Amino acid sequence: MSFFARFAQNRGALVGLIILLMIIAMAILAPLLFPESPWRMVQRPFLPPLSQDGFPLGTDTMGRNVAAGLMHGAWVSLLIGLVSTSVALLIGVPLGAIAGYYGGLIDDILMRFTEFFQTIPNFALAIVLVAIMQPSVTSIVLAIALVSWPPVARLVRAEFMSLRNREYVEAARLVGQTNTTIILRQILPNTLSPIIVLASLMVATAILLESSLSFLGLGDPNVMSWGYMIGAARTVIRQAWWLSFFPGVAILLTVLALNLVGEGLDDALNPKLSRER
Amino acid sequence: MLYARLIIMRLFKAVIVLFLIVILNFLLIQLAPGDPAAILAGEAGAADQEFLNQLRERFGLDQPMYVQLWRYVSGIAMLDFGYSYRLGVPVFDLIMARLPATLLLTGTAFLISLVLGIIAGSMAAARVKKPSGSIIMALALVFYATPLFWVALMSVLVFSVYLDWLPAYGFYTVGAGYTGFALVLDVAKHLILPATTLALFFMAIYTRMTRTSMLDAAQQDYVKTARAKGLKPGIIQRRHVLRNALLPIITLAGLQAGQMVGGAILTETVFAWPGIGRLMFEALQQRDYNLLLGIFFFSAALVIVFNIITDLVYRLADPRIKGAS
Repeated sequence: MSFFARFAQNRGALVGLIILLMIIAMAILAPLLFPESPWRMVQRPFLPPLSQDGFPLGTDTMGRNVAAGLMHGAWVSLLIGLVSTSVALLIGVPLGAIAGYYGGLIDDILMRFTEFFQTIPNFALAIVLVAIMQPSVTSIVLAIALVSWPPVARLVRAEFMSLRNREYVEAARLVGQTNTTIILRQILPNTLSPIIVLASLMVATAILLESSLSFLGLGDPNVMSWGYMIGAARTVIRQAWWLSFFPGVAILLTVLALNLVGEGLDDALNPKLSRER
Repeated sequence: MLYARLIIMRLFKAVIVLFLIVILNFLLIQLAPGDPAAILAGEAGAADQEFLNQLRERFGLDQPMYVQLWRYVSGIAMLDFGYSYRLGVPVFDLIMARLPATLLLTGTAFLISLVLGIIAGSMAAARVKKPSGSIIMALALVFYATPLFWVALMSVLVFSVYLDWLPAYGFYTVGAGYTGFALVLDVAKHLILPATTLALFFMAIYTRMTRTSMLDAAQQDYVKTARAKGLKPGIIQRRHVLRNALLPIITLAGLQAGQMVGGAILTETVFAWPGIGRLMFEALQQRDYNLLLGIFFFSAALVIVFNIITDLVYRLADPRIKGAS
């Protein structure tokens, strides 16, 4: 069975993929459909949804177009989710690979270090980091990456530990390949499928984290994000429900879609495991 | 005897972790933007050089780095977290005043999420491959994907604004002058929305964990034996499967409970719940870094306490585990 056929067997994953593609389309089309900055005041404030042409989702407390904010926000959410997950992988994969491959003292030290980071409450650390580095896309990406790499390191370590004594690794050692080559060319390619599954779930968590940070006012002041929109509308929830409702639905759908896709990838990449379950 | 040694070991480890967090905190303070003395002086409205120097001396900012680090670490060892730059009140006092509200909120949310999560998870495990089981898991996935602060806001919209059943914010009705049982009832009413919305996300996690754990336990030989003996499925599920499935749940529940402190920051912000989460939000808005780092330290300490407690509960629940670690 082909990879996509296995993926599509999971109907939830297929729905997730469609939602995700729609959100990606939103992000790409945002500058075309709403070329103006989403921060610009374009109408009178507190315009309810569907009350005027061109403002299907109404306007916010400052007369900004909610639909424009929503579409531009899709881009920011996806970008921060993807980049911070990549950075987390760049930290977690090497640490886990070294710990799992070499074992012994190096493993002990690296794992204590990982445990330390796992003990610290994620969200609180992210808040402190962004507050101190000053809110910007870079600081948010760094903060999210710094709190989300430990599970990667643990997963990669476990994979490396189970693979390091396999015959093909022994063979590579016998022909004189260096440790670096063995790690990068022999073992790492065989650990990719669980890493890909974990990464897709991490993008979802990163998007949730980003929205929570910008909800608290720690978003980049130059980019429109869903969390910011909800945070700014928090105090006017009684007058204007639509200001917090729509961005929240957008976050929910994106995170849900990524989780569904992650489950589908898991089924497609580890067919044996999922059949046993 | 063994128990005492275990507790001592765990406490020793906890002290090391807390010490590392203190050092991390100190490094973060150094990274914080702006000269603290200038900030303080700015607040006081005067910024001539002499006044700045006075402030530096008073807060020890003129000392070399290692002296400052020593002062900071030894201060925290004696529960001195310094002053809130903005409020001029000791950070420790501020946190202590807010801690009970947070413990009440997270404790209630923890119980709700654990009980409902285990019930929902075992129902889903018993109905595996049936539509009703899939519906439970789909709901769990939706709750897992919903931003906490958004659920909180939407529940305010529905239950406070439209239905007017429950208060939207605060800890108790200000000015009502309730005492005794009436006050308890009033606080409980204010607690329902924040605790439930905080619990939803964790309930989703516990539901998934319980289901997986129960399905694993159902594969064991003793379950086959029980079935062969002709026990009723309900009894097998409760006595044989669930009991054994609970053990891994306790461990993971302890780890997740720590994250609840983080979730409380969002819930408390939405509901104006006077806990340390709300305090953190206020510190954020005023860029009160010293207070912020104090709260950060405390939330990490809470996580460690939670973990030690679950570790002990785990050992009580499973007498087979005797060795250390």
